[in-house]
Amino acid sequence: MAECHPVGFQWVTEAKQRGARIIHVDPRFTRTSAVADRHIALRAGSDIVLLGALINYVLTHDLWFEEYVRAYTNAATIISEEYQDPEDLNGLFSGYNPEDGTYDKSTWSYQSATGRETVGEPGAETEDDAAEPHEFGAGGPPLSHANVRRDETLQDPRCVFQVLKRHFARYTPEMVEQTCGISVDDFTYLANSITENSGRERTTAFTYAVGWTQHAQGAQFIRTAAILQLLLGNMGRPGGGIIALRGHATIQGCTDIPTLFNLLPGYLPMPEAGQHNTLQTYLDSIGSKKQKGFWANADAYTISLLKAWWGDAATQENDFAYDYLPRLTGAHGTYQTLERMLRDELDGYFLIGQNPAVGSANGRMQRLGMSHLKWLVVRDFSLIESATWWKDGPEIHTGELRTEDIETEVFFLPAANHTEKAGSFTQTQRLVQWRHQAVTPPDDAQSELHFFHELGKRLRQRLAGSQDSRDRPLLDLTWDYPTDAHGEPDPEAVLAEINGFHVSGPDQGEPLSTFNEMRADGSTAGGCWIYTGIYADRVNQSARRKPGQEQDETAAEWAWAWPANRRLLYNRASADPQGRPWSERKKYVWWDDEQQRWTGKDVPDFPVDRAPDARPEPDAGGPAALAGDDPFIMQADGKGWLFAPHGLVDGPLPTHYEPPESPIGNPLYGQQSNPARIVLPGKDNLLAPSALQPGSEIYPHIFTTYRLTEHHTAGGMSRFLPYLAELQPEMFCEVSPEFAAEIGLEAYGWATIISPRSAIEARVFITERVTSLTIAGRRVHQVGLPYHWGVGNEAVVEGDAANDLLGLTLDPNVHIQGSKAAQCAVRPGRRPRGPELTKLVEDLRQQAGLTVETGNERLTVPWGEPQDQPRGEQ
Amino acid sequence: MESLTEDTQRSAEAYAERAGSRKAFFTDTSICIGCKACEVACKEWNRNPQDGDLEVLGSSYDNTGALGANTWRHVAFVEQDQDRIEKARESGRKLVSLGMPRVGPPAQAGAAAGAQDGTAPPDTAEFRWLMSSDVCKHCTHAGCLDVCPTGALFRTEYGTVKVQEDICNGCGTCVGGCPFGVIERRDEGIIRAKTERAQSKYAQEIPNEGTANKCTFCYDRLVDGQTPACAQTCPTTSIKFGDREDMVESARQRVAELHQQGMTEARLYGANPNDGVGGTGSIFLLLDEPEVYGLPPDPRVPTKDLPRMYQRAVLAAGGMLAAVGVSFVLGGRR
Repeated sequence: MAECHPVGFQWVTEAKQRGARIIHVDPRFTRTSAVADRHIALRAGSDIVLLGALINYVLTHDLWFEEYVRAYTNAATIISEEYQDPEDLNGLFSGYNPEDGTYDKSTWSYQSATGRETVGEPGAETEDDAAEPHEFGAGGPPLSHANVRRDETLQDPRCVFQVLKRHFARYTPEMVEQTCGISVDDFTYLANSITENSGRERTTAFTYAVGWTQHAQGAQFIRTAAILQLLLGNMGRPGGGIIALRGHATIQGCTDIPTLFNLLPGYLPMPEAGQHNTLQTYLDSIGSKKQKGFWANADAYTISLLKAWWGDAATQENDFAYDYLPRLTGAHGTYQTLERMLRDELDGYFLIGQNPAVGSANGRMQRLGMSHLKWLVVRDFSLIESATWWKDGPEIHTGELRTEDIETEVFFLPAANHTEKAGSFTQTQRLVQWRHQAVTPPDDAQSELHFFHELGKRLRQRLAGSQDSRDRPLLDLTWDYPTDAHGEPDPEAVLAEINGFHVSGPDQGEPLSTFNEMRADGSTAGGCWIYTGIYADRVNQSARRKPGQEQDETAAEWAWAWPANRRLLYNRASADPQGRPWSERKKYVWWDDEQQRWTGKDVPDFPVDRAPDARPEPDAGGPAALAGDDPFIMQADGKGWLFAPHGLVDGPLPTHYEPPESPIGNPLYGQQSNPARIVLPGKDNLLAPSALQPGSEIYPHIFTTYRLTEHHTAGGMSRFLPYLAELQPEMFCEVSPEFAAEIGLEAYGWATIISPRSAIEARVFITERVTSLTIAGRRVHQVGLPYHWGVGNEAVVEGDAANDLLGLTLDPNVHIQGSKAAQCAVRPGRRPRGPELTKLVEDLRQQAGLTVETGNERLTVPWGEPQDQPRGEQ
Repeated sequence: MESLTEDTQRSAEAYAERAGSRKAFFTDTSICIGCKACEVACKEWNRNPQDGDLEVLGSSYDNTGALGANTWRHVAFVEQDQDRIEKARESGRKLVSLGMPRVGPPAQAGAAAGAQDGTAPPDTAEFRWLMSSDVCKHCTHAGCLDVCPTGALFRTEYGTVKVQEDICNGCGTCVGGCPFGVIERRDEGIIRAKTERAQSKYAQEIPNEGTANKCTFCYDRLVDGQTPACAQTCPTTSIKFGDREDMVESARQRVAELHQQGMTEARLYGANPNDGVGGTGSIFLLLDEPEVYGLPPDPRVPTKDLPRMYQRAVLAAGGMLAAVGVSFVLGGRR
């Protein structure tokens, strides 16, 4: 965190000075480790074993927060009789389909209270109709109803609590030592620190960044932490939680009002072609009116969004212009789009503040993909490598591409930076902070708002008068933002639209103050329901700047947090089931018996007058169905999910699999790697054979990629600035002294790192900050690679790109690439130049016997033959 | 003769009038995260050129190297093994038993001593990575100021030492006068980026070439009631800025606090008014010997010896005269 989020680290520094214990778990020793109480090094990609062992420790030592777990989680809920665990199936869950590598999730369901049938997804007649994960908004998976079977004694062998216990029983400190390379002593220190610091009086927080997410099962890493935090009662309480550190300024805002293919604003899902043909089928897929919580009101949020975008053209008669929305025909993530480029199925590409030639996995494939485009628009501050690969990229040097053969027309448009435009930043706490323009942009540089507004205007001019119905969505858009003398639209006008307003009625034109005012009848409009209230009373609430010293610790008058200026989500859980604070020390939100209302230091995240002992009718739905002790109001049953019956495609519980490229055999199961991972086999994306397969020894070491404080991601904002470039001028690798001695690397000399995709060179930092580990009886060496450099002539400093080494294998839930653990070979000295470089890479591929199938076999255990004993360690 | 030196007595008198207004940095390296934001903020504010040859320096994450004409904040990175940590802890403990550095009021000193006998210190890590942001010391007895022949260097109303670039003639005398190696002449020859980029769009306009340059304590910000750029930008408050008395006080408290936690390696640098420069306007809390961070262990203003040297010179001259006289007398007899 100190390494990549130094500004946010001020709060950690302050907490430490006030007595907090900081433990840093990371393969490398970073600037965070330097000031932490203890650094615990682990093997990259082994986190689920560590977190699973902590869960097992908490369960076996009876250290779970009993009252919290019983009341607020699904621990007591009974799971289908059909469910089988990886403990039964040597690493697979029940329902696996070896044909396409997906799971039939019906066996993971809750049992219904009314009978033996299970609780499925609404609208899904058969499993084939069940939604793919990219079809859910972040509200998560819906349930057809919330009347589920429970065993409050937690003794039923099929209740979640017992399933969980059994699932993690073999995740022991010894397994951690063997798999992660963490000593039992370090594990005990970690386990004691966490458990002693959780409970009524204290809370523990987990903070993570892409070290947890960028794996072929990244979503499950976070799930493991979520289970642990629920067991310890650390969710919805001050000082607790799982805190995602986002990678860029306002990348949180970019998911709230998304740049993601599968989401609409406010985490509403993007409709699917063929499935969501009408507004009603679409709305039914988001949330059932019978499930608990606020997703049951998705109709009001959706129709208000349609009214915001298409105004008067969105009417009751035309389903509020629902048909104007684009439809998904499958996954359209960045890597699927790349594959389409390579198949010549894509004409043009916009790059807005993104440098895939350097910053995306498998850089060579990225550049080759762009060479198949007809046109490419790059909007950035400088001529980044993604704008210049056609004349000075690595493939020009190796001769794989020749400038004169490339037909892609590249347009470079200069962009305004954050000091040159006004707007908002949304950070990881969902705090939206307004920033004002300090200077006007230089020369032709424009803000994104200005650019897209202008682009929209010009497209509409071109289409003016068109009778073609396919042009209606563009022509009917509300696109009339007031502009200043430079043509820059007023960003506050956009904010007001996002906030929403009354379209008709007595308050016509007035801003909405909460999303509860949104209606499904077209009388309200709002661009993003969770942001409603940010422009309440016609005041830009995000621009509030009341100093912290003049407020209490919640600082509710500094900027504005979504939803409803609430600083801590699910904060009903900060009080006990009866509504009293768990302790005076951790008092946050509680039930005021006299006022008959929830009150406290924050905006209560609960129906404000729902008494703790309120019990809804069994057939109630939506917010009305929430019992007084259902704190997780966005979950379909109001509970925190230890076991996720729906929503994840690769298992209802996290299970350790080795990364797709790993020199280690899975010590826990016969199944080596995530059987549901998305593989992208192809000659440009060869993978190394993982452990025990022939050829694995050709790429015997693990490499991991990461960032440095001095640079920003692919370097577009740092390598072009002399003051930052000089601080870390050259690409380097970090290795342990033991490894350096073993293969003959010299301090600050050169090394060549070779993967099945490419070979790069880097200066060598030999340091105790990188440790070689003993894993499953063998010595494993890890190579650390910052990924900020790229090949080109425009930046102040250039260097080889670490991402050129990475292959593509994706997490099936969120389509993120695994970039934190892969296999490589390392040699002393610089890499060859020109065609010799390609030959070096090819030589190793041949020695390892790589084919397009290598490393892409999903299944490594026989399917359908339950085994009593797992395969065990290698 | 006396005008060439600042003696403690005189400085104390001089500062007494405005003792409250002497400003200082307190750099607490125990909470430094090595982000180098101070280096960048300093360069941005003062328009200092990029320097170096854009190659890895070979010193952990430090690619700046040292303070100089173009670098007025420099973050050192030191990687140490367990043995070295033990030694640092031991040497710090000895400083306490010697009564230096002072660790606040007697009660706290006693508590710190408690840590020394019995209170278990934290487990000694196998490895540590020290980071420390260095800066001009703004000495009580400033060698650079003492030797400057043009009067370009002066003591400001904040007790800091600053170069007046329009008066400096670039003679370089001050460079040898600084016991810390801080001040340097901005030379035309050494500050270019990679040659092929010299004419590029990244080439910067370089102010004050050929004159002596060093930290101004952001004099231009102080006169506007602002905090110096480095302290303003430091995310963890490792660099603190304020009245020197307050800075010294909080530095002493922080050392006492760390000693109570068993971190006896903590010690202060620059807070002692009896050291060779009369104490500094930049106080540091270090976690090892100063030389580990590239700081001189016993800095001494070169002009400190001048009075004695003059006395000796006078004596020697007198002796010589006497000898000449004697020889004349003796020779006269021949």
